[in-house]
Amino acid sequence: MNHTLVLRTPGDRWSVKLNVRVLVVTLTLALLLAVSSVLALASGSHPTSFTEVLGALAAPEQSELALIILEIRMPRVLMAVLVGGALGSAGLILQGLVRNPLASPDVIGITSGASAAAVLYLWLGGITGTSLLLAPVAMGGAFAVALCITTLAWRQGISPYRLVLVGVGLAAALTAVTTLLLVLSPDSTAMNAYIWLTGSLYASQWHDVTALAPWLVVCWPLALIKLRHLDAQAMGEDMALGLGSALQGHRLLFLVLAVALAGSAVAYAGAVGFIGLIAPHMARRLLASGHTGLLPIAALIGSLILLYADWIGRVAFIPRDLPAGVFVAGIGAPFFVYLLYRLRRDPG
Amino acid sequence: MLTTSLARTCGTLLCLTLLLVATVSSLVFGHIPISLDVLAGSVLDYDPGSLEHLVIHTERLSRTVTALIVGAGLAIAGVLMQTLTRNPLASPSILGINAGAMFFVVAGATLFSLTSPSELVWAAFAGAALAAFLVYFLGQEAGRGISPVRTVLAGVAVTALFVSFAQGMLILNQDRFESILFWLAGSVSGRELDAVLPLLPLFGLAMLLALLQCRQLNLLGLDDEVIRGLGLNVGQVRLLVGIVVIVLAGTSVAMAGLIGFVGLIVPHMARGIFGTDHRWLLPMAAILGATLLLAADTVARIIIPPQEIPVGVMTALLGTPLFLHLARQVRNQS
Repeated sequence: MNHTLVLRTPGDRWSVKLNVRVLVVTLTLALLLAVSSVLALASGSHPTSFTEVLGALAAPEQSELALIILEIRMPRVLMAVLVGGALGSAGLILQGLVRNPLASPDVIGITSGASAAAVLYLWLGGITGTSLLLAPVAMGGAFAVALCITTLAWRQGISPYRLVLVGVGLAAALTAVTTLLLVLSPDSTAMNAYIWLTGSLYASQWHDVTALAPWLVVCWPLALIKLRHLDAQAMGEDMALGLGSALQGHRLLFLVLAVALAGSAVAYAGAVGFIGLIAPHMARRLLASGHTGLLPIAALIGSLILLYADWIGRVAFIPRDLPAGVFVAGIGAPFFVYLLYRLRRDPG
Repeated sequence: MLTTSLARTCGTLLCLTLLLVATVSSLVFGHIPISLDVLAGSVLDYDPGSLEHLVIHTERLSRTVTALIVGAGLAIAGVLMQTLTRNPLASPSILGINAGAMFFVVAGATLFSLTSPSELVWAAFAGAALAAFLVYFLGQEAGRGISPVRTVLAGVAVTALFVSFAQGMLILNQDRFESILFWLAGSVSGRELDAVLPLLPLFGLAMLLALLQCRQLNLLGLDDEVIRGLGLNVGQVRLLVGIVVIVLAGTSVAMAGLIGFVGLIVPHMARGIFGTDHRWLLPMAAILGATLLLAADTVARIIIPPQEIPVGVMTALLGTPLFLHLARQVRNQS
């Protein structure tokens, strides 16, 4: 059932082609995400029932639980959704850009840049990880590294394979710098930094949500409009040029999009790995589609993974609150092994 | 590049001299400076009452020996991997073998309370073998054989996998933070000589095996069909060399944790000086690798006293520029 719907504005100025399967899968996943979010809102160290949660959402003034649900759990759930979605879509864009199914923001050094900047900041300040400046600093690190990668890989334009290798090299150097700073810091700072490096949504606040959301509001629509050029590039450089796609310009744009999505997500949640690697693959296994159709699906899958990882970390070991990154790796690793097996036969 | 036997012999002597200098300075420099006289005295006439002699025998000597072995082992493993995969970017750290070994070591240390390297080394072998298998499996492109970029990416992904497992373990066992960070950062300090020595026979055996395979290794650069035409059992040689790599890398990780880039830089240096003949390449890479790691460790010790920089950090910072240079030259094959 590969039906498509075509929506046109009067006069055929704009038209949108929707694949019915994509629509169905997206809506199903969105529904699943909504249900899971309510489930996550309902659980925690203070037990609350489903109906109490819905009551608090519907009428905050009359509920005694409004504080817990709206001020503590809600920002955290929203952050999981946003961060997971951003990482999933960044991974999809990067994998399409470098035409390699093993690329992801953590592999090519974007996450390492953010990590090194954040740890440097913690080391210089010697303070806890809740400082307001930490996120902008980390994001600056992500962009600085992306700039370095592009500059070093530039030789009459960006070539995907050079981008990957240079990214891998820089990531190794930055990891070394991060380790050095960790070793030089006192133990308490080091542990703090380490939890940040693993990726944790602990103590997410509303202002984190409002700071992260604008990035996604800008990046996602732009990606949806432009991603068809990535489909053209997937057919080969000559084909993309022949179809009238500005090859280098679009590569740069996609790189910036991926960095903005991954950098902002990592800045607020810490270096959560693996989502960018596995969410796009899960999306591709769900259905075959161009990059535009895959984007919302990869984003939703990323959200679901992080939401459940954070939920496990929050609920399974009460009273301890473990970083979501540990469980993302726990969920991601088995899938990764399966992925290795699949890739062998079908080179993505 | 040195081509005549005489030039190569001179080069070898020079490298050996450098190694000697690095060894002596590794014994002499540090938190407590020790003069050459005292060093000679501690070797010829050991006096347990003297603080300097005690420092040399309990701390410095084990550290120097560890750096020597690990440096040589990683360098040889790097040469073998680059020959085996025909990929200039291959090395135990880039292709995830060190990370696999490291994770198994960390798991052995935290879950099963293994402490001595001679126990941990078996865990390291298992991890290195698993990682090597995964990367080899992943690096192949359907119908086109091994692709360099794909292999590197597979290695990085496998590294990410194992490092995040180790990080998770670290956060679950915060009381062992220091010791796990030691494995992650890579360091040649703090190992008892008694704990290192039992690994030496295994290590020597692996090196000997590698040296015996020199002629076969020289042929591996050719096309598979040509090699077969020459009557060489390619699969057998690859398997043997692969085992040697796993033993060398695993032993190194069990002794010193994650030390990156030695296996990448040194083979290129050695190849630049002595050419691609493995009969020269392997021993010289071992000497240069030991020299490099000793020098890096000595510098890491004295650069910002009283703190010490983990030697893995030093080698990574040294190695990155070379990696970037090589990466820019790899031809597009994927």
